[in-house]
Amino acid sequence: MPDAQEALVAFEGVQKTYDGRQLVVRDLNLDIARGEFLTMLGPSGSGKTTCLMMLAGFETPTHGRILLKGTELNRVPPHRRGIGMVFQNYALFPHMTVYENLAFPLEVRGMSRAEIETKVARALDMVRLPVFGGRRPAQLSGGQQQRVAVARALVFEPDLVLMDEPLGALDKNLREEMQYEIKHIHESLGVTVVYVTHDQSEALTMSNRIAVFDDGVIQQLATPDVLYEKPENAFVAQFIGENNRLTARVKELDGSFCTVELEDGQKVRALSVNVSGAGEITTLSLRPERVVIGPGQDFADNRISGRVEELIYLGDHIRARLTVAGNDSFIVKVANAHDHVRLSQGSEVPLGWASEDCRALDAGVGNAAPA
Amino acid sequence: MAHELTTADGVPLRISLERALLRSRIRAALLVVPLMAFLLFAFILPIFDMLYRSVENSIVAQVLPETVVVLRDWDETGDALPDETVFETAVADIQAAFKAKTLGRLARRLNYEKPGMASLLRKSGRRSLRITEAPWSEQLIKIDRKWGDINLWRLIKRESDHVTESYFLAAVDMRLDDLGAVSWQPENRQIYLQLFWKTVWMSGLITILCLLLGYPVAFLLATLPLRTSNLLMVLVLLPFWTSLLVRTTSWIALLQHEGVLNDLMVVVGLISDDGRLQMIHNKIGTFVAMTHILLPFMILPLYSVMKTIPPSYMRAARSLGATPFTAFVRVYLPNTVSGIGAGSILVFILSIGYYITPALVGGRTGTFISNFIASHVSVTLNWGLAAALGVILLALVLALYLLYDRIVGIDNMKLG
Repeated sequence: MPDAQEALVAFEGVQKTYDGRQLVVRDLNLDIARGEFLTMLGPSGSGKTTCLMMLAGFETPTHGRILLKGTELNRVPPHRRGIGMVFQNYALFPHMTVYENLAFPLEVRGMSRAEIETKVARALDMVRLPVFGGRRPAQLSGGQQQRVAVARALVFEPDLVLMDEPLGALDKNLREEMQYEIKHIHESLGVTVVYVTHDQSEALTMSNRIAVFDDGVIQQLATPDVLYEKPENAFVAQFIGENNRLTARVKELDGSFCTVELEDGQKVRALSVNVSGAGEITTLSLRPERVVIGPGQDFADNRISGRVEELIYLGDHIRARLTVAGNDSFIVKVANAHDHVRLSQGSEVPLGWASEDCRALDAGVGNAAPA
Repeated sequence: MAHELTTADGVPLRISLERALLRSRIRAALLVVPLMAFLLFAFILPIFDMLYRSVENSIVAQVLPETVVVLRDWDETGDALPDETVFETAVADIQAAFKAKTLGRLARRLNYEKPGMASLLRKSGRRSLRITEAPWSEQLIKIDRKWGDINLWRLIKRESDHVTESYFLAAVDMRLDDLGAVSWQPENRQIYLQLFWKTVWMSGLITILCLLLGYPVAFLLATLPLRTSNLLMVLVLLPFWTSLLVRTTSWIALLQHEGVLNDLMVVVGLISDDGRLQMIHNKIGTFVAMTHILLPFMILPLYSVMKTIPPSYMRAARSLGATPFTAFVRVYLPNTVSGIGAGSILVFILSIGYYITPALVGGRTGTFISNFIASHVSVTLNWGLAAALGVILLALVLALYLLYDRIVGIDNMKLG
């Protein structure tokens, strides 16, 4: 966590309700460092877009403060915040050419014609559309419109740029291409970006840090690798990446590990992350790629067997669905290496994993994690 | 391409496609046949009939068929009266017309051109029966001296053509003088140009009033939450469920000398009892009632355009540093131009041809050209002039439409 001194943006105890009965944002405390690429990730209705809108100034917090460079923003109207924003459907002005769209923020700031011309040309170069200035947005492809929207949000050199699901309308290939492009622009300009998305792979690709939202609360705020490898609760484990869940009861706690009993009575050891005592119900989280088929001596603590239900050939790996301890959607990825294990449908295979890869989390049911 | 694509059995692809589409085209055409037939008889043909009536001029040739023929040889540019044969034929024609009771129509027609012609012809009809032998001219002039006026004969000769421009000239305050040259009507008889101008500027002002009042309402309709905006929409449409006459007469009740508004202002002390304002039967009445009646026609096209403008446009403009006002003027307003155009042209066109409301609340000063057209149709029965005024009105609207097309583009117009 960056300390408050260098934080560009700070949310302090922010709450938001629309109807006076339900809190959309419960209690948000978040510092965003200068130059950071922070993603707010979460399912729809989790409060992430509301947070972004409060930061942009289109919604006012019901309670709490938002600070930008140390000054409170609550009473500053959007046009004086100096925050660039890329909207979900780009919101390019259809009656203006690309050049006019980009010149707009500079004109309202009263810049000279010459200055505007250089800045717009530079911004168009940055998004690799140098000759498109005379076109109307409607004459551009989705990807090109997207780039113009990014250029427009950056052309007046704001310290902070907000992006509200900007790639949602693009097809898959273009989306991936644009992810890298935005990431590169962020790196080369050093601008601070707050990015909202519900697509976890987008978040993992681009961000320095990710704040996972659910139910109006940040469930976990961490770098992508920590988030993926060390989820702190069942919601995060389930939401980020592919995850095998096994429900178990804690038998014994010893140090940072614990022994748990699965539904069918088999016992395994797991890293105790979110459990507090014996007898508690816990959700075990296990990444499919960390499960080993036919484990050697290394995984003596965690040996259980599963029945192969389905095999899907995916080229670089084979995806196997097994029934393990009553859970019939237990996924194992078998790399299509030179001498990989040959599985056959219906057979019983021994499985194993390292205890630290198996995380004992809260009991959380489905996607509804406790707040 | 060097040669045409063909289907598997060698029919050119284009022809094959057309055959395939023919059935559905015929079906589509059949669906609109009843409407087309209705429009043809109830709308298109009457319009052409009107166009024709504005220049049609067969009465003189019908009522005085022989006179018209013999007059052809007479040189109207000289200062000699027509010769005796013309008078002889004219007497015979007048006698025949009197017996056939067609003389009245001729009298009315010629009276449009030259006041006094009606009484002259009526007088001459019966008395002409007494003339049975030469000298024709002498006896005719004895009935009325005007028969000896060369200008009368010039008029008859001029109007013996089957088409005339005199209705159109009258509609723009002009006339043909005795020698057949175009000239202005005398000052005190010029009314139509002024009336056209008044209709245009008053309609323009009504359009502007509708725009000013309707724009914020349409904006609210397009931006409020659905429940509230639905209620508001009902209020906007409410006038359509009330009879036009009821709405107009209720304005009379409100605005008249002893009306609600005047009473209220007297009670409040804003005006004294003998200082009551004249707000109806003049231009104010027309402005108020017309703006009220035409307002929905402005709001609906505006609304349909505003509905398509995503709220993110304004937000984007704000986030880019524009004040609410700048964002509105530079981003929102330009995107509603097609709605403004559609609403304005609709209101203006409706207003320019409006009849019932100006007739009821306009009094003497707040009436429009259509009120005069109506009066020529039903009171003075000068259908030719009514038709000419109507044609000019139609041309005005079409010209406006073309102008709009040139500036904004009809394709950009959104009515709903």
